[in-house]
Amino acid sequence: MSKLSRDDVLKLAKLSRLKLSDEEIERFRTELSEILEYVEMLNKADTTGLEPTYQVTSLKNVMRPDKEISYQAKPDDLLKNAPAIEKHQFKVKRVLT
Amino acid sequence: MSSWPAIADIASDVQAGKLKAVDLVNKSLKSIKDNQAYTALISTLQDRALDRAKEIDSRILKRQKVGPLTGVPFIAKDNFLTLESKTTAAANMLKEFEAPYQATVIERLEAAGAICVAKSNLDAWAHGSSTENSDFFVTKNPHDKSRVPGGSSGGSAAAVILDMAPFALGTDTGGSIRLPASFCGAVGLKPTYGLVSRSGIVAMVSSTDSPGPITARVDDTAEVLEVISGLDELDSTTIARDPDGYDLKNSKFKIQNSKAGVIKEYLSDALEPGVRQVIDQAIDKFKAAGAEVSEVSLPSVDLALAVYYIVCPAEVSSNLARYDGQRYGYSAPDAKTLEDSYLLSRERGFGAEAKRRIMIGTYVLSSGYYEAYYKKAQTVRTKIINEFNKAFEKFDFLIGPVSPSAAFKIGERTKDPLQMYLSDIMTVAANITGCPAISVPAGMSQSLPVGLQIIGPQRSDRQLLAMAKAFEGLS
Repeated sequence: MSKLSRDDVLKLAKLSRLKLSDEEIERFRTELSEILEYVEMLNKADTTGLEPTYQVTSLKNVMRPDKEISYQAKPDDLLKNAPAIEKHQFKVKRVLT
Repeated sequence: MSSWPAIADIASDVQAGKLKAVDLVNKSLKSIKDNQAYTALISTLQDRALDRAKEIDSRILKRQKVGPLTGVPFIAKDNFLTLESKTTAAANMLKEFEAPYQATVIERLEAAGAICVAKSNLDAWAHGSSTENSDFFVTKNPHDKSRVPGGSSGGSAAAVILDMAPFALGTDTGGSIRLPASFCGAVGLKPTYGLVSRSGIVAMVSSTDSPGPITARVDDTAEVLEVISGLDELDSTTIARDPDGYDLKNSKFKIQNSKAGVIKEYLSDALEPGVRQVIDQAIDKFKAAGAEVSEVSLPSVDLALAVYYIVCPAEVSSNLARYDGQRYGYSAPDAKTLEDSYLLSRERGFGAEAKRRIMIGTYVLSSGYYEAYYKKAQTVRTKIINEFNKAFEKFDFLIGPVSPSAAFKIGERTKDPLQMYLSDIMTVAANITGCPAISVPAGMSQSLPVGLQIIGPQRSDRQLLAMAKAFEGLS
């Protein structure tokens, strides 16, 4: 299950929005296969009757009072790192070519 | 030992007008300048720090009470958001990023009178165990420049040992505070998950990220935890502080009443002989001091690293999805379309390790593999938690090494990612289980520091610090 093909790596790169060079594809194919092989040791563990743990300190539905809270950053502060803005909004490249 | 007095003494002397905050900041800045060769820092906040120091000194002149960390300089790992500076996470993606708000931890420290003097180097995005994955440069171990300081908080641990500040901040997601603390000879605490807010820290593995202090002494770690811990409206995973606080001045802890279990699986043949020797001596010291010490087996603990290397990349791939070149971070100026902009910005903004983790994470979360990998890992996590809980029925603490080896050579493990991951084999269990764990200097192996790891049950941070302090007194 864990030996990755070149196509697997290309598919993962596509899903991850990563562009890879040919050298990277080959290198990641080997490295990712090794890592996946390592984690396969988990299949040997008997987990019958156990539930997965997603929240480790057992917190559930943490609520805050329903009131306005003041926040350090103002909207324009949040825009100041953007590559392009227009009328206080993020400006992106066109979607269709 | 550190050339800085204890943090509590510094703060009370500044408050009493016996020491000037400006002089303390200048002492920090001088040490930073003298130790540039170790490349522990990404940026120095000289003007910002001196301005704050002057302001604190003038408040003292007006007899105002400042706070428990009055005038104490500190260094933050560069994944803590700070105002009036860059916050890079040592990643090309964030090389020019100026945070629009500050981490809760930084806010609390500044409100208590502490002064941030610099931002330290790390493995980019905190992905790594040696600081070699920094997109900028490698930090060198204060004890041997040809060796790594550990990671990912390597810059912070090195900075403390190089006397650049009385304390530094790190984040521990799989061992990133304890490992560099052990490799550099510092005290490093990973608090209980949720005890210290993650708000304003560049997210890595949200379910295990634990910010904490790195210091020269256990008391100093306690003083810092006292200020930074507790509930935060901006991080809904935070938990309440211990009602007794973390200051150890009135601690009633007695080592003679404590029971420590030595984790059998961590004393395998994989342990370097020098590390083994230091740990054996530590166990003898505990026994001689009257603690009850015996071996305990945690049969599934060896699976913790495999659990971690599924959970970690899964959450990393989600947390790094936000870096798309549109709102902040590197954006490819030559991209023609939106799709192009995503691909080029991420290709250039992420280093090899980030790409590796993003793809593994995408794989284990993808349709058809989710049950086999992610869900299985989180279920084995339950198994490990159950074994720890059972051990804590019998023992107050679990002890063992931090890492199988002392600091390794720069370049020694960079060729093989899996080999690098194995550096964390003894630290990840505390992250998987949410338990607090501390690395305390225990001795030397061939002129390199070796840390002892002490792990406590969730929310036992106060007792853990008291135990660590007792051990420090035995060394």
